[in-house]
Amino acid sequence: MHTTEHVESTISDTALITALKKLVRSDAVLSSDEDLKPYECDGLSAYRALPLVVALPETIEQVQDVLKLCHSHKVPVVARGAGTGLSGGALPHEQGVLLSLAKFKNILHIDPTRRIARVQPGVRNLAISQAVDQYGLYYAPDPSSQIACTIGGNVAENSGGVHCLKYGLTVHNIQQLKIITIDGELLTIGGSGLDSPGYDLLALMTGSEGMLGVIVEVTVKLLPKPERAQVLLAAFDDIVKAGEAVGNIIAAGIIPAGLEMMDSLAIRAAEDFVHAGYPLDAEAILLCELDGTNEEVSEHVAKVRDVLKQSGATEVRTAKDEEERLVFWKGRKAAFPAVGRLSPDYYCMDGTIPRKQLPLVLKTMADLSAEYNLPVANVFHAGDGNLHPLILYDANIPGELERTEEFGGKILELCVEVGGTITGEHGVGMEKINQMCVQFNSLELQQFHAVKAAFDPQSLLNPGKAVPTLHRCAEFGAMHVHKGELPFPELERF
Amino acid sequence: MNNDISQQLQQQIQSAFEQAASKQAAYEQTSALQIIGGGSKSFYGHTISAQALNVSGHSGVLNYEPTELVITARAGTLLSDIEKLLENNGQMLAFEPPAYSATATIGGTIACNFSGPRRAYAGAARDFLLGCKIINGRGEILSFGGEVMKNVAGYDVSRLMAGAMGTLGVLLEVSLKVLPKAEKETTQIFSCSFKEASEKIHGLSRTALPVSATCYHDSVLRIRLSGTNNAVAAAMNTIGGDTMESVSDYWLSVKEHQHDFFNTEKPLWRLSLASDTENLAIKSDTNGNDFLYEWGGALRWLKTDIAGDKIQSALAKVEGHATLFRKSNASTEQSCNIFQPLSPGLLQIHKKLKQAFDPKNILNPGKQYPDL
Repeated sequence: MHTTEHVESTISDTALITALKKLVRSDAVLSSDEDLKPYECDGLSAYRALPLVVALPETIEQVQDVLKLCHSHKVPVVARGAGTGLSGGALPHEQGVLLSLAKFKNILHIDPTRRIARVQPGVRNLAISQAVDQYGLYYAPDPSSQIACTIGGNVAENSGGVHCLKYGLTVHNIQQLKIITIDGELLTIGGSGLDSPGYDLLALMTGSEGMLGVIVEVTVKLLPKPERAQVLLAAFDDIVKAGEAVGNIIAAGIIPAGLEMMDSLAIRAAEDFVHAGYPLDAEAILLCELDGTNEEVSEHVAKVRDVLKQSGATEVRTAKDEEERLVFWKGRKAAFPAVGRLSPDYYCMDGTIPRKQLPLVLKTMADLSAEYNLPVANVFHAGDGNLHPLILYDANIPGELERTEEFGGKILELCVEVGGTITGEHGVGMEKINQMCVQFNSLELQQFHAVKAAFDPQSLLNPGKAVPTLHRCAEFGAMHVHKGELPFPELERF
Repeated sequence: MNNDISQQLQQQIQSAFEQAASKQAAYEQTSALQIIGGGSKSFYGHTISAQALNVSGHSGVLNYEPTELVITARAGTLLSDIEKLLENNGQMLAFEPPAYSATATIGGTIACNFSGPRRAYAGAARDFLLGCKIINGRGEILSFGGEVMKNVAGYDVSRLMAGAMGTLGVLLEVSLKVLPKAEKETTQIFSCSFKEASEKIHGLSRTALPVSATCYHDSVLRIRLSGTNNAVAAAMNTIGGDTMESVSDYWLSVKEHQHDFFNTEKPLWRLSLASDTENLAIKSDTNGNDFLYEWGGALRWLKTDIAGDKIQSALAKVEGHATLFRKSNASTEQSCNIFQPLSPGLLQIHKKLKQAFDPKNILNPGKQYPDL
């Protein structure tokens, strides 16, 4: 499990709390165990820790003041948005300040001509699209938690969603950031145009998991709503055929707006839960959404239909209207809670693989599942190779969480083995910190630490997350590599 | 050409690093290396004098999977070779990079983050960069990102390389997302004022019509449409205008700066700003014909003798930035900043990042900014 990295702060706990109360409203500083409890974890609830204190500033100046205070007394700071993250990125530091940006929830400006919106970090993802809907615009990245997650967290994690293949991740959809560095300086990154002079700090900040600065304002790019969206549902009697169908759609020159796959366990769970009419005898289903102008969608629907049939689909349905389109999606969107009904607990993984490796990865995962005696349901952003295996377990059975974590770690290592990555969209946080040692060598990790030091030399922002120390990797390696053998020796190396 | 010279490149950087490390700080710059690919963009950025590190021999496509939408190539691979290979598979680099010369390499393209007419509608070079292998200023070979579309493990060091002009690392390999080419492409022409053109473009940007490029110059607006046959036909009807002949020649001439506009003795400035900016405090000398507008107005080329600091301060007022893209033929090195000056806070971060990747200031020092 995790341990908070110990730091040597130069201020006592009570003095820190008193000082914070002078900087932000005193009722915006929480320090009783009862008040701290709601902040003890993020969406990865298996990892918990109480912060020393929670501060809820409401102005940029207050954030600056809090950071200056923490900087001068070497107090760790963990920034937090809505706390929906799935990798423990917002897990509090036991000796530190949990800096909640929850009060920054104003949409500051919408410019429909420039197709941008300037918003505070605590604005919910979906609230942006709702606010700009009146102009026929929307914000494209749509993580499944979009109803609750905030844009500040989206930037910190470089969040994706089901429409990434066509519309990109957060990094492709923001234009400007205002951040505060650990020493309290306000920096504006990006400008009014499509690019900026110098280094691409906008990209560097995006997905930096609160390690480099605190985001206090985000200017997002907006897109015109497509004229029409249409979805096809295809059933397959073999998950490998479904994987091949995805490649065939892309080979036909079509980039779907969304392309999702579910395996039989996920199909059955979703169907039992929301009755989306999914074919229960299928080994896999594909949902393929096409959007654009009316003409384009019509042409693409016809083409994709042919491709799916030629790829061996046992059944292809096209949603006949918007209502049916939403029903098709309903099952996919409810897949996680649906799988959650099958078992007391489930653990959601997040690796990405080159799509052609899908058969091998599924087979190896099935073998691991048997070995650990833990069932896995698979939900897959098939278009971009992002896997979400859901491991079913029971936390009340002693040792089962640990076995689940070990199994999950093996899945991520497998993703790296086949040329993919340990995290497609959930971030490293605390959860995948050990697997970073598998994906990157020590020189690469040292380069990451040097980047961190350029912003935060004392390592006060979100310490111990995202990038492991070499010491940690050495311990992890000692635990995992037996007699110098790498895991999965049967696999081809890339 | 398929050739791996990464070891030689690494040795050259390592020995420069060791040389610099053994010297007094004041003499450090003598170990500097100037990174050279195809030499197609040697006009861009500050002129520096340093020993050459020639990357052009490090070439070859390492992996291309059309159905995975990914290509990985060594940095010295010719841009034209990559484009040919993609073309044969009905795909393209969607950021439509300019080459400026047949010798242009993919590494130079990414290092400069150069993108062409489609940029405003598809994304920039950095948007399509999935991963890269670099040699940093310590001579260490490092890989970041990868060949998959979604990857959030570690800081996004790959994209940091795009536009850093080699000052943070020498690109060895890049992995790029590629996209299918459109079935049909056409360009509609309109004679109109800049104001009318801007209104038309911004009206279209609120629709889902398949616009893939815009250019306004000499009172003519050109809008390129790309998509399926029926989608383009319908969009042509919707937007009106006259249909242009030899479409690809025109966009190629704009992209490659072969269009008449670019045939000038004057310095050429690249202005990046909000697309609808009207009151830019720069006086046009020739009824606006010294401007050429792309990207819906967000990219403006300006040929002028106006002093660089005046242009850059006008751009600063609108939160944009100006780059002296090509110096005038008359002068050798302009005294002004080629790139828009950074705010003190940002400059500080830039310097620290430079230090983090290239502590001895070996890689292209001063190419982009004097201190980097």
